Formats: sequence, structure tokens, C-alpha cells
Amino acid sequence: MSNDNLKPLDFYADPLPNVDLAELQGKLFVIEGPDSVGRTTQVERLRAWLEANGHAVVDTGMTRSTLTKEGLQEAKNGHTLGPLTMGLFYMADFADRLERVVVPALRAGFVVLTDRYFYSVVARSVARHQDSEWLERVAGCALVPHATFYLRASVDEIVARTARGRRYFDYWESGMDVPYGSNRYESFRGYQSRLVEILDSLSERYGFTVIDANRPPDKIFVDLRQRIAALLEI
Amino acid sequence: MDGFRPNSYSGKLIIVEGIDGSGKSTQLSLLSQWLRSKRLVVSFSEWNSSSIVRGTTRQGKRKQMFTPTTFSLIHATDFADRLERHILPMLEAGAVVCADRYAFTAFARDVARGVRPQWVRNLYRMAIKPDLAFYFRVPLNVALDRILGGRAALKYYEAGMDLNLSSDIKESFALFQERILHEYDSMAEEMGFHVIDATGTIKEQQRQVRKIVMNTIGDALEKDILRQPKSERRA
Repeated sequence: MSNDNLKPLDFYADPLPNVDLAELQGKLFVIEGPDSVGRTTQVERLRAWLEANGHAVVDTGMTRSTLTKEGLQEAKNGHTLGPLTMGLFYMADFADRLERVVVPALRAGFVVLTDRYFYSVVARSVARHQDSEWLERVAGCALVPHATFYLRASVDEIVARTARGRRYFDYWESGMDVPYGSNRYESFRGYQSRLVEILDSLSERYGFTVIDANRPPDKIFVDLRQRIAALLEI
Repeated sequence: MDGFRPNSYSGKLIIVEGIDGSGKSTQLSLLSQWLRSKRLVVSFSEWNSSSIVRGTTRQGKRKQMFTPTTFSLIHATDFADRLERHILPMLEAGAVVCADRYAFTAFARDVARGVRPQWVRNLYRMAIKPDLAFYFRVPLNVALDRILGGRAALKYYEAGMDLNLSSDIKESFALFQERILHEYDSMAEEMGFHVIDATGTIKEQQRQVRKIVMNTIGDALEKDILRQPKSERRA
């Protein structure tokens, strides 16, 4: 892993206490994108492929923090989560995984694959009319990833995949707390369109690599694999 | 610069700050009784009391899972929930909201834990600027005597045990409180605290508090605040 093309890691703005950047020898890749574009499947396949090539991999994803998992789920079940509280609760989930999963893995020289990053937290907040700059500064304690792959799909594709796969439109994934329409289907479409718009603008600002996710999963995987192989010189 | 949002509502926000054992809660309670005796609608908000964040905080403390950053974020989440659910709507309705601890607690405590000052100040930019902020200033040894004398065992995070200042919990608590006291003192002027000497008698402190309330927001209390009807008056 020493002969790759990747720069040393750095923080966006505010270094986390007790982290020495020089110790972070691993690589950090983010898979971003809206709901139902197949991020989780891609992370699983990438992991298997990287491990087959001798790279130790740790993967993590939004809402998987052991600190906040239960509390966040409970709050979401109650449907009483306000937009400010939601943004910060997700940031706590993010920071907990960053400090207790991502940083230790990077110290140990692992490739870290993360299913979403703080960009999704910002997108959900902005879609709820919150101040983007404020939350982005809160996320100033995040590491700048080596690459962020943005799985971008059209809203028609997102709707079709959700209907085929999950077979229902989740309350929060439909932005029903805002809402974006007078019924669940309309609100899902409206909210997901808004998320894509926001992710597009974040993509420009943070320099995401856009991956066309309207294609079948195999094609997306080959695309991702090629790009990561080039970065890691596999 | 605190960066808070100005209070554009008809209600008023009064907050108290100070280290553990400064007597701030007693003073806020006496103040609210006095305001209620004037038939004003008074609502209380206590630090770290959101029902939807409680389970997470409890788990983090019990299993000692917090880092300085997540400790800060979870307390900010708790604050945001109380702000959205309770403080903002009550201010909009025209009540006096009394908060026992506010964002300044995070500014003092989280910074004493090693979190960057500018980061935690940005974190609380969603907060409303208080109309009145009281800081009950007490020397460290007085506060320590009050706390260590009359209370149950100290807890891990309240004693700052996560900072490895000392393996003795009482000594760690003292060192941690000293740091917090220093942070409060250094922000007092910038944040416009009304500093109350908390070594005085309870009665004398309360007399000063009420005088400051009348001098600063007395007119608004007369004119703008929602009142209980006369028949429901509670003495």
C-alpha cells in the first residue's frame, strides 16, 4: 500500500482531539448517494474484491454507531424528531464511528469503505430547510476522504428501485416530516429530487467522483473497481 | 462573539450558569417563584433533560463510550431537542423561559475536555441569545466543600475521569472543575454575564438577581409577557 497515488489524510477544519495525522496510514473511500441506489451492495462487493487483493478492509455506514443506534431508531419511530435535533443526532453517529471505527482502522493501515459520509447528513438537513454552512462547520472535524464516489441516479430510477426492492416508501425517506407532497408517493418523489439536487451541489463543492448509478449493479461495480484499482495501484 | 440568533419573540429567556455547587439552581428556582407570583407564565428547561436523547446519554456514560467530541455532540443534540420542542415555542407564545445551564456550559465544559473553542461555539449557533445570563461565581474550594460534603458519589464524566487528570476521583473532579471555572471566568465579559458573587447569602444573591431582572427586562415583564388569569392566581 505504500506505492499508491494518494495524499496523506487531513481534517477539513478542526482537528479531532487526540488524533495524530502522521499515524493514519490507511485509505479512506466514501460511497455516497441517495436511498435505494445500491450503495450497500457495492460496498460489500468492493470489500470482497479488495480483500482478495490482500487489502485489509473495514466498512462502516450511517446509523451504525453503537452509541447512537438505539436512541436514533427510537426517536425516528416516535416521529417526533425535529430537523435541528435530527442533524445533530446524525452528526453524533458520524463522529462516534469516525473516532472509534474509522480512525483506529486508518491507524492500523486498513482500507476504510464508508457507506455515506457527513454529506448525507448535510443533505437531509438542507432538505429540511436548515442552515447548510452551520452543519458543514460542525463536520469540520471530519477527515477529507481520499475519494468520494457519488452514485447518482435519476429520481425515476430511485422510485422504481425502492418500489421493486423495499416495496414501501419509508416515512423519513419520503421526507414526510417536512413534507414534500400531500401523500407518501408524492412526498417521496419530491424529497428524493431535492436530495439529488443538494448532493449535486455538494458534489461540486467537495469534488465527488460521479458514478452513473442508472446502470445495472454489475456495471457500477466494474466502474468503481477500476477507479479504486487506479488509486491503490492494484 | 457568541453568534447566537437574536430573540425576536415576545417571550424572555433567562439563563443561569456556574460550576457545580455554585447555587445557581436554587437562585433560578427562587426567581421563577417570584415571577410566577406576578402571574407571569414561566417555563423551565434543564440541561441534559431531553427525553429522546436520554437513553443515548445514559448508555454512553454507563459504558464510558464518549470521546470529548461525541460528548459534546450528544449534549448539543439534547439541547437542540429542548430548543425545538420547548424553548422556541414557549418564547413565541410569550412566556419567560428559565434555563438551568445553557450553551455556555458546553463552551466551558467541552473546551475543558479538549474540544476546540471555535468548533463548539459554532455548534451552538442555533441557540437563541438569552435576554439575561447570570453567572454565579464561586471560588473553587467553596464549591468543592458544598459538593463533596453533601452528596452521593461522584460520577465518571462529571469528575472528568476521561481526561486522566488523576486516578483519584475527588482530585480529578477538583482539577476538572478548576479548568471549567477558568473557562467561565474568561468568557464572562465577552458573553455579557451578570456576575453574582455566589459566596453571599442566598437571600442577598436573590435580591441582586431580582434587581437586575427589573432593571433590564422589567418593562417587558410588565407589558409583553403572557400572564395567568387572575382567578387562577397561584401565590
